[in-house]
Amino acid sequence: MSTQVPEDAEATESTDEDAAEPPATAEPGPQERRLAAKEARTGRKSMPTTDVEETVHLRVYRYDPEVEDKQHPHYDDFHVPKTEGMTVLDALIYARDEFDSSLTFRHSCRQAVCGSDAFFVNGRQKLGCKTQIGDLDEPVRIEPLPHSEVVKDLVVDMQHFYDQMHAVQPYFQPDDEPPGDLEEYRQSRENRDKIKLSTRCIWCGACMSSCNIAAGDNKYLGPAAINKAYRFAMDEREGEEAMRDRFDHMAQEHGVWRCQTQFSCTEVCPKDIPLTEHIQELKREAVKQNLKFW
Amino acid sequence: MTYQHDVIVVGGGGAGLRAAIAANEAGADVAIVSKLHPVRSHTGAAEGGINAVLQSEDSIESHAYDTMKGSDYLADAPAVETLANESPEETMQLEHWGMPFSREEDGRVSQRPFGGLSFARTTYAGAETGHHLLHTLYEQVIKRGIEVYQEWFVTRLALTDHDDPEERHCHGVAAIDLKTGEIGGFTANSGVILATGGLGQVFDHTTNAVANTGDGYAMAYRAGVPLEDMEFVQFHPTSLPSTGVLISEAVRGEGGILYNSEGERFMFERGYATEWGEVASRDVVSRAELTEINEGRGFDDDYVLLDMRHLGRERILDRLENIVHLAEDFEGVDPLEQPMPVKPGQHYQMGGIETNEFGATCIDGLYAAGECACVSVHGANRLGGNALPELFVFGKLAGLAAAGEDLDEPLISVGRTPDAETGSVETPITPGAIDAPASDVATSGSAALGPQETVEATVEAERDHIDRLLERETGVGHAAIRAEVQQTMTENVNVFREEANIKQALEDIQAAREAYQDVSVNDPSRTYNTDLIHTIETRNIIDLAETIALGALVRTEFRGAHWRAEHQERKDDEWLKHTFISWAQGRPELWFKPVILEGELQEYEPKIRSY
Repeated sequence: MSTQVPEDAEATESTDEDAAEPPATAEPGPQERRLAAKEARTGRKSMPTTDVEETVHLRVYRYDPEVEDKQHPHYDDFHVPKTEGMTVLDALIYARDEFDSSLTFRHSCRQAVCGSDAFFVNGRQKLGCKTQIGDLDEPVRIEPLPHSEVVKDLVVDMQHFYDQMHAVQPYFQPDDEPPGDLEEYRQSRENRDKIKLSTRCIWCGACMSSCNIAAGDNKYLGPAAINKAYRFAMDEREGEEAMRDRFDHMAQEHGVWRCQTQFSCTEVCPKDIPLTEHIQELKREAVKQNLKFW
Repeated sequence: MTYQHDVIVVGGGGAGLRAAIAANEAGADVAIVSKLHPVRSHTGAAEGGINAVLQSEDSIESHAYDTMKGSDYLADAPAVETLANESPEETMQLEHWGMPFSREEDGRVSQRPFGGLSFARTTYAGAETGHHLLHTLYEQVIKRGIEVYQEWFVTRLALTDHDDPEERHCHGVAAIDLKTGEIGGFTANSGVILATGGLGQVFDHTTNAVANTGDGYAMAYRAGVPLEDMEFVQFHPTSLPSTGVLISEAVRGEGGILYNSEGERFMFERGYATEWGEVASRDVVSRAELTEINEGRGFDDDYVLLDMRHLGRERILDRLENIVHLAEDFEGVDPLEQPMPVKPGQHYQMGGIETNEFGATCIDGLYAAGECACVSVHGANRLGGNALPELFVFGKLAGLAAAGEDLDEPLISVGRTPDAETGSVETPITPGAIDAPASDVATSGSAALGPQETVEATVEAERDHIDRLLERETGVGHAAIRAEVQQTMTENVNVFREEANIKQALEDIQAAREAYQDVSVNDPSRTYNTDLIHTIETRNIIDLAETIALGALVRTEFRGAHWRAEHQERKDDEWLKHTFISWAQGRPELWFKPVILEGELQEYEPKIRSY
């Protein structure tokens, strides 16, 4: 079972998305709104009081291979009382705990570091815990990440994603022996800054799910794995041999050259990692390395 | 289906990954069995850093002394000195594995000041040190090809059924494969290591993840291993009020200031810590904040303010950037422009499964490391920056021990040694029982069986248990029961504790036990049944809440994080001892053992603790 199956739903989604996308500057951002809410709460600034009866309408994808009613994917509607600062994850938890305990989704840290709760929210890959429900058009449609096998409801099989992450030799391989038990491999601040953004990846899979190339080529390493390779390839302390191996791997058929710079991964990354730029930089490096070792 | 390895590590966070690497390097066939994929573990949420003596002006003695003082003289000296001794080399080991530490101009790793430390020895990677630690360790697990059974929830230890828990042997575990619902057995030829992390979900305002339901503590407890010092719960002074999301101590370490609603820098101006101010130990700052709030000098009767704007944009973005994102995303505040609202939130459990410095418990073949263990290195209050080194120092040692490496003779003894004294406390209800089985051991007669048969008998018992939960047609859901326990704990066994409140909590917990008798799982599916998982976790939460409340009731003194209204002083004559709670015939049993203050580096004479 894959989320790609309800194709007509996908088609509707893109129209919805186009229609629903608010102009970038028209609405206050989440920060301003939460700030306003806080001010209202502390009475430091006047604000209309929130209607306690107000609910948010969720439309959630349901599927379970074993349960008769759920073997055919469908959507369930939930009307959840809206509270200030409520996130998509908060709303899902409420729906599960109050209405239907079989509603299934991954979540853990609820602070955007464990990477468990990437969903397809109103046609876009988002982390549930980091997405304010008030910023979304209703009904809020919540689906599993596209281009992955669905295990149940919003839970997808992440194995392919993990396999790609594991494929890039995702570990540090310096040439030299450690300078001593209590001595570090020194690294310049500039070099640390260069790799800093790439190390923020939380393995949520949003980028891979958003990538058209990955959707069509199952062997494509994908943005997250290439970014992981970037973290090591750009580390000034990595050994030359490891570097060469890594670039060979990156330059293979299903590596960096597959990327068509559509920027969808960069747009959905919840940690704001410039994934496409990193891929582009590796392409340039691969060319250089190739010339060097030729 | 049963799986077999030399060492089974339960949990894939910092302690579990480090234990697995160590066991692998010692030549063992090791597997990690974890409820979450390792990179989802809550180690990843740790922000501040790692205490390690790396500079010539600093000293191991000083780190050990700060830790013992921070513990309010309830840590065991051999554990404290092991941590201080091993942390520098182990921290550098992480650096050699590529952990992206923040750097000085000369390319060396940076260190910063932290609460309760007399030297700036907190080594860090931005304000996301735990994330980098977790990912670096997982990279090494991948490199070594260590087997990971991810999204397998371990629910029961496979133990022989000897009457005396200390004669039992642990041969493995039973676990549920979340994806398929299969209940499998894992046989450990050499040892099982519990590294399941914290229990923050016992409370309803916590910095902990939803997955932190204390599964390891509860499994060990029901298997007959004593839980030590459970009353010592750390409430972190700076969590965001609406979600409990952690704002790192690094903010104060770098110079952040706490204000009350009268604009006072209350840590100094109200005399809570006239020397150390905001960087006093966590228990001190949490009590100060709540006192301010309770006396009407908070905001909204709920929080105080933490201001870091004066540090300047450049320094904040260099060292604390993650804090800016957290405050914006989870509280709607831009800390570059305005102070952040903060209040105390449950953060860390100092107590846990009793182990020696090599992770061994009193049950043969069973080890524990990380937050779920109590070595005891934190005593009555953990210092910021000491949890991450705890994970890798004691994780590594447990991994070596479980793999059968020759280690020194331990200086800490486990189980009921001759110096143990029995204890009792008057409770409004008789805690425990309500049809709870005597203990989670394999079926009767397993003492005579081999390892494989013990594991099979355990799997069978777990299968029956889960079938019963799934087949029950009607009943209450776990969510309501769990919420009751969380609320009573936050209301009654929080930073400030009074006898009547703790007793109220014990009554509420007993009511939850009773309600749990009728708990039912509505989701009939075997596939990824989180309803079932949360129902099993809720039982763990009930058992652990009870141990915390009992410990809080019996300890009639004020020490570290444990404050009692009726007992406003530390009573060294009576209470220089650890509290133990053992599960015996379905009832919690209280006993004590003296704290070890005599170390190899120095003797730690209890002094008045002031900051």
